[in-house]
Amino acid sequence: MFETLRQSLKTGVVTTSYPLTPPEVSLRARGKPEIDWVNWRDARPAAAVCPTGAIECGDESAPNAARTTTLDLGKCVFCGLCAEADMAIRMTNQCELASVTREGLRLTAPANSSAAIANRQSPIADRQSAIRNPQSAINQSLLTSAATGRTGSVEAVGRQLQDRIQSVLGRSLHIREVDAGSCNGCEVEIHGLNSPVYDIERFGIHFVASPRHADMLLVTGPVTRNMELALRKTYDATPNPRLVVAVGACGCSGGIFGRNYATCGAVNTVIPVDVYIPGCPPIPHALLHGILLAIGRLKQVTVIKS
Amino acid sequence: MNLLPSLRPILDELTQRFGAQIEHAHAPQPNELYLHAKLELAGALCSTLYRKHQGRLAGVFAEDARAGQNVFFVYYLLALDAAHGFVLVRVPIPADQPELNSVTNAIPAANWQEREIQDLFGIRLVGHPNPRRCALHDDWPEVYPLRKDFDLHSQLPPFMGERHKFREVEGEGVFQVPVGPVHAGIIEPGHFLFSVAGEPVLYLQLRMFYVHKGIEKLFESLPIPHCVRLAESISGDSSVAHATAFCHAVERAAGVEPPPRARALRTICLELERLYNHIADIGAICTDVAFVTAHMHAMRLKERILRVNEELTGNRLLRGMACPGGVRFDFDAGQLRALAQLVDELERQFNDLSELTRGNSGLRDRLETTGVLTPKVARDLGVVGIAGRASGFDHDLRRDVPHDFYDQVQFTVPVLTGGDVQCRFDVRRDEVVQSFAILRQVMAKLPAGPIAVPLGEVPADRVALGYVEGWRGEIFHWIHTAPGNRLARCKVKDPSLQNWPALSEAILGNIIPDFPVVNKSFNLSYSGTDR
Repeated sequence: MFETLRQSLKTGVVTTSYPLTPPEVSLRARGKPEIDWVNWRDARPAAAVCPTGAIECGDESAPNAARTTTLDLGKCVFCGLCAEADMAIRMTNQCELASVTREGLRLTAPANSSAAIANRQSPIADRQSAIRNPQSAINQSLLTSAATGRTGSVEAVGRQLQDRIQSVLGRSLHIREVDAGSCNGCEVEIHGLNSPVYDIERFGIHFVASPRHADMLLVTGPVTRNMELALRKTYDATPNPRLVVAVGACGCSGGIFGRNYATCGAVNTVIPVDVYIPGCPPIPHALLHGILLAIGRLKQVTVIKS
Repeated sequence: MNLLPSLRPILDELTQRFGAQIEHAHAPQPNELYLHAKLELAGALCSTLYRKHQGRLAGVFAEDARAGQNVFFVYYLLALDAAHGFVLVRVPIPADQPELNSVTNAIPAANWQEREIQDLFGIRLVGHPNPRRCALHDDWPEVYPLRKDFDLHSQLPPFMGERHKFREVEGEGVFQVPVGPVHAGIIEPGHFLFSVAGEPVLYLQLRMFYVHKGIEKLFESLPIPHCVRLAESISGDSSVAHATAFCHAVERAAGVEPPPRARALRTICLELERLYNHIADIGAICTDVAFVTAHMHAMRLKERILRVNEELTGNRLLRGMACPGGVRFDFDAGQLRALAQLVDELERQFNDLSELTRGNSGLRDRLETTGVLTPKVARDLGVVGIAGRASGFDHDLRRDVPHDFYDQVQFTVPVLTGGDVQCRFDVRRDEVVQSFAILRQVMAKLPAGPIAVPLGEVPADRVALGYVEGWRGEIFHWIHTAPGNRLARCKVKDPSLQNWPALSEAILGNIIPDFPVVNKSFNLSYSGTDR
């Protein structure tokens, strides 16, 4: 007993101050690839070495072909092979990559190029997806309306619902983790959130044992054929309002496994997703960032910081 | 034939005894002997190697060779630890009559692997004690995914056929407790059905393969460099071990030897992976019996290791480091200093943690005599790795067939005979201490020079075995190369597949509340099993 106490006192506080301070990530860590769009002429060498097909080449006959190319962070496993193949790509250690839309994970040439405009979803498609998929479209509509200044009815309803979810869940959140087919790499890092270093409970966030107690499902893995039904049942067992966060390259896109006879691929092919956290696996900072983003706590934290 | 002297007498004896029934013998590597035998001989050859030469049946797998030879080949991989080598028995199975006599009755270790062949290749097992589906669930249609005429991207109709029928356990007061596939903790999916009478468990049925992702089929569709990244994703906590085993196989197929520095750096990565997993497990075992303080200390130490991993290789799980022919990143002086500092610091803090656990009588109370796996059962089921070594099954590829830099360092392999949770806990603790010694020796002897040799296109139609002693146990990757730098077949053998049936044995007579700690003391990978 005395020894236990002595060691705890000797150890002191080891908890990170993130997100009040920047993530403690090594400079050598491989995070978001940064692309020099001006000098990236040909995307094919980089695309050829990418194990997950995260680099989709655009029109090869165009004079500056790489400008129509997409680098999909939702597929990226951050191996850095593309950066070795092409000088125009550089790996940064930026890890806070979560996005409220799947589209938000696709990097394209800056907005002034024609490619970026073509990639943007049309307002009609936007609206359609909002109707088909009201829950996960909340954030998407928020984002697009913020970008374009539109205040359509769907967006307004969406914003209200979002505010309501945040007011209900924002202060204390219960998470049910569901491994729907992952390699367990994501689980290694999700475990880290419960460690004294990241201590997710300091935000009033807990991992719970049953989906019936949960407000959020944290789903990893490409959804396997054998887990599809279990995931649907877990989702149905989670009371409303509920949030779904897809974790890792596999959760966002199917990752290196993609879609095959045994897997359905991305989590959003089975249940609607609110936030996507890329990474292979995402580090605990990235997971925290994504979870806080989902419950709208990030703005709050930033205010404190400033 | 360039064969290891210790394997020579075994080959001589077998050829003398079975004569022309062994059609061909060859050794692409000195410690890797292939015996091509007639189909009828499979059982007798395996039994002889298993009983007489103390071989371990480390793998049973099939290959679809109908296109060229109109047969399926089935391979039996036997590890002969005392002779420091492997024997692979290959038998042909006619395509028009895909039937195989089961060896499970003689060698129980073959059980799940044979059933997997039946599911994935449609080769019917004759005489198997439990020939039910295992790799594909009962609701799958009649498909054989690893046959060459099956398309990887086939879309199968959802949920047809019957639900899984578990075996009935009957008697007064017997009831059943189903658990999973979605568990209460942050763990992978699998289904456990406990049959209990009062508190003690009478029977535990496991249903795995919930996370079957078609990995072995996927290997056949990717160019070899991309396969390395796939190997890293077989079991996330064994990223380095799997990727290294795969690289070994590719290097052996290509006839390339990685440079000494690469072998040393690989060894460092393998030991770091062992350290963070063992320490996390020690903590998790403590938390499963409500000693959370030790768990928190362990989590803190694990985080410390993961951050050094990131500093060394750019990824906390050491991903992206492996490549065929060597490694991708060199460690500079600063990184090596960080590593040396980690080892010193960790050793001190791990000693504190050990003291904490050693001095806690409540902990010992819960761990001792819990979940006993007897040496006899361990040997019968071919239990590998830490679980085997905690039950007196003394083998470790690092010592018996040294790979990478392990022939240059000195270490002992802790072996205990109690087979309970406490022994599996102690084996981990002792291995952590050995890892510190290994890391120090590797750093002291770190050779200079290149970290990789260029590897061109791997020649087609070569077979090769890659192996690594991962933290959980031995990992095998067996490949058969195809033209165009691709693979015709890649068999992945994770230690978990071998060890799951042992969990069913170890839990018998224990109470369900002890199941989490027994399960954690094995800590098997679901993804590695299901692939």
